[in-house]
Amino acid sequence: MKTSANVISTLPGKPAPRTARGSFHWLLVGVAVLFSAVFLVLPLLNVFAQALAAGLGPYWHALADPDTISAIRLTLIIAAISVPLNAIFGLAASWAIAKFEFRGKAFLLSLIDLPFSISPVVAGLLFVLLFGANGLLGHWLEVHQVKILFALPGMVFATIFVTFPYVARELIPIMRAQGREQEEAALTLGANGWRTFWHVTLPSVKWGLFYGIVLCNARAMGEFGAVAVVSGHIAGQTDTLPLRVEKLYNEFDPVAPFAVATLLALLAVATMLLKALLEWKTRHES
Amino acid sequence: MSIELKSVSKHFGKVAAVEDVSFAVTEGELIALLGPSGSGKTTVLRLIAGLETPESGGIFVRGAQVNDLPVQKRNIGFVFQSYALFKHMTVFRNMAFGLKIKKWPSERIQARVRDLAGLLDLNGLLERYPHQLSGGQRQRVAIGRALAPGPNVLLLDEPFAAVDAQIRQELRQWLVRVHLDLKMTIVFVTHDQEEAMEVADRIIIFSKGRVEQIGAPQEVYEKPTNEFVARFVGVMNVLELEVRNGAARREELEFPAHGLADGQKMRIGFRPYAVQVSADASAYRYRAVLRRTYFLGVMLRLEMELPSGLILRSRISKEDYARLGLADGRTISFQIRSYRILSKEDEPLGAEVATAHELAPNLGEGI
Repeated sequence: MKTSANVISTLPGKPAPRTARGSFHWLLVGVAVLFSAVFLVLPLLNVFAQALAAGLGPYWHALADPDTISAIRLTLIIAAISVPLNAIFGLAASWAIAKFEFRGKAFLLSLIDLPFSISPVVAGLLFVLLFGANGLLGHWLEVHQVKILFALPGMVFATIFVTFPYVARELIPIMRAQGREQEEAALTLGANGWRTFWHVTLPSVKWGLFYGIVLCNARAMGEFGAVAVVSGHIAGQTDTLPLRVEKLYNEFDPVAPFAVATLLALLAVATMLLKALLEWKTRHES
Repeated sequence: MSIELKSVSKHFGKVAAVEDVSFAVTEGELIALLGPSGSGKTTVLRLIAGLETPESGGIFVRGAQVNDLPVQKRNIGFVFQSYALFKHMTVFRNMAFGLKIKKWPSERIQARVRDLAGLLDLNGLLERYPHQLSGGQRQRVAIGRALAPGPNVLLLDEPFAAVDAQIRQELRQWLVRVHLDLKMTIVFVTHDQEEAMEVADRIIIFSKGRVEQIGAPQEVYEKPTNEFVARFVGVMNVLELEVRNGAARREELEFPAHGLADGQKMRIGFRPYAVQVSADASAYRYRAVLRRTYFLGVMLRLEMELPSGLILRSRISKEDYARLGLADGRTISFQIRSYRILSKEDEPLGAEVATAHELAPNLGEGI
């Protein structure tokens, strides 16, 4: 890392190995730049090139398609439900894990990591097995006419499952590093738990929380596998943006899949910019 | 009585952090809780504040039992070792925090914070953030924040540990001055016996979760009631003696047997000031070579090596050192004027440790 290299080079009596740095250093940098250009930047630019190959007219036309509009709306709705829920859960879980000792803490920690280690398709299947016609709750749901699978609730469940760890994982190390003392100081000054949380705990993790939410949102909007399993692919009804891209691509449309994909690509770029900004902000405030 | 603890115990898991601790602090006293790290002194402070709950025993503040009173209601000012300032708040908002909770009107809050800023030498810093302050300034903000709501008692955890030596000295004097101005009960935790001796009215000495001794600085220094206190407070030469031919001996040194039979052991201790040296190699009974001189300001500490290899420490004023013409490497003679018995046959002694045994001057001069 850059910072640790700087620290080492400023240590007295330990000059940085300048000779070794020269050409080898630049070779490594060159390899890294070339690699990310070929595998990351080029494909991203290509999405825009393909989408705009036939000009702006067909591009707007593809985005104005009613089924695409519906996919945009559904994606936004799913994110609007699952991201706040995961933010609240993540905040509560990280607070409990970082600042208190309790039974089952290790279990809760591995539970939070579960969605990271499980394939999204399997995650989707779990919900099919639970809510499907032959599933555990399938019969009861059918009798009571509750539609979960191949509808909005199922897709929200799958998205929540997949994006479960993002906020908590972001906050646990920050809260651990801060310890309990600021909160204890607030208590000795007469603050109750609620006030301590809003005026001391939350403000001191706000950028980390915001960052976690940004990552969580990017994943919620971009999730394909888990949502694909529970969605049912009903055009204009249960297609999200990623599912819509796949469908258009399979129909050999020359412009539309790339046009829709630019929306997701822009989301990714915006996320990266926010990430950089938030990292800069947290560094400057600590 | 400002604060009183009666047989308070607190365990963390199976480890006893505080074991059967009792003491009382009078209104307006400046008290040091002194002990090595892990001796339970910080836990005692947190128990008083209500940040920990005792398993047994009673904690009283101004006569009322506060065991079940939550932290918020105890009206106690607490200054953390790390200061624990609210990083995202200005100095002003940090100091106003407790007053806002008490719903003071904003003009009164303004006035109170400005008064404290004056007292704590923080004028002109009120709009700064904690990361823009020096260590000493941060600490004063932490003290101001704790004092703002007018607590009954001020508790400080290792208040001088995190600042450098020069500021530490100023802070000690400053704390004594603030104590005189505010006439408030102040309890602080320290592992530095010199700091406790210099600042506190009384010192409560802890070891392994228990109170070892309570007393004024001079009292614990001159009349320690057990071996731990004798060795922990101040510098002490400690010798393991064995009785042979009716006298307790270690190498060439000889002491009275104090009723012990041949073959029995005892441990004694004596302060460096009890070791009197002379530049004349035959003035006193014992001889040694001056190995190293430590400059401690007005006083000097001498480290001397006996012919047997035994090392003892003595203390002498700068004037005497110059007058005697001492220098490292010189052969000197010395006598031990008084000592105290720390233990006999590894049995801990109670009050007997407090007794200083005088030795006759020039004992056995000219071997």
